[in-house]
Amino acid sequence: MMMSVFFAYFALMSIVAAALTVSLRHPVHCGLALLALLLHVSGLFVLLNAEFLWAVQVIVYAGAILVLYLFVLMLLNLKTDERYFHSSYPYIIGPAALGSLYVLYLLLQSPFEGAKGDAPASAILEGGDTYAVGIKMFSDHILQFEIVGIFLLGAIIGAIVLAKTPKAMEDAGGKR
Amino acid sequence: MVPLSAYVAVSAILFMTGLLGVLIRRNFIIVLMSVEIMMNAANINLVAFSHYLESMSGQLVALFNIAIAAGEAAVGLAIIVVVFRGKISTNVDEMNLLKW
Repeated sequence: MMMSVFFAYFALMSIVAAALTVSLRHPVHCGLALLALLLHVSGLFVLLNAEFLWAVQVIVYAGAILVLYLFVLMLLNLKTDERYFHSSYPYIIGPAALGSLYVLYLLLQSPFEGAKGDAPASAILEGGDTYAVGIKMFSDHILQFEIVGIFLLGAIIGAIVLAKTPKAMEDAGGKR
Repeated sequence: MVPLSAYVAVSAILFMTGLLGVLIRRNFIIVLMSVEIMMNAANINLVAFSHYLESMSGQLVALFNIAIAAGEAAVGLAIIVVVFRGKISTNVDEMNLLKW
């Protein structure tokens, strides 16, 4: 019973926050609505026995990514557009609503049965979710872990190269 | 007990909301935020299936997904800064330098 109440709260609030993120006019308000969405999604992770992902969601998403977005918003000092939706959005909303209703109809009919894995909730709760994630990551998924490391290094270098002031190119006579 | 289909329904609604935001917003930063909404919907799906099918791999893929979202945000915002420096606009309709 308690689980259903918490699930209803987190689900409804995350959907409302997502709708606000898409529809609010001012970009900073959209960023704050995105913060509400991320925190409520992390609440859903707690309901699913994924405490480690809850911590990662709060630290990485709400702590790092969102601050990056707000930094760029403040740095650019955008003026708010009068028309902040695309001009043809009435033609998109109708098909999108119909498509999502159809997908929901299909989803609520599906049985979702499948082969069970080797990590039931009781086994995870025994040593904690962080322990289970760590054991799994550094045994079966070590290659993906290394690939993500290389990927993040590439992303850092790419971001620095892109955002650097292009002074050397102007000295060489290149056009921007 | 909350059924699995409830989590999947929430994830589908969030994904469609994010997709709608990508399609109809004109501000590039809001478009990137909508991509983050879609990634969060995928994460809810992964973690829910991981819980209900009793496998740990779903949570790990969600973890890698968060790392990829961080990289995508960093590179996307760097691109916004570069474009804004040249054109003083973040409107996606006016970014057509590479249009053929």
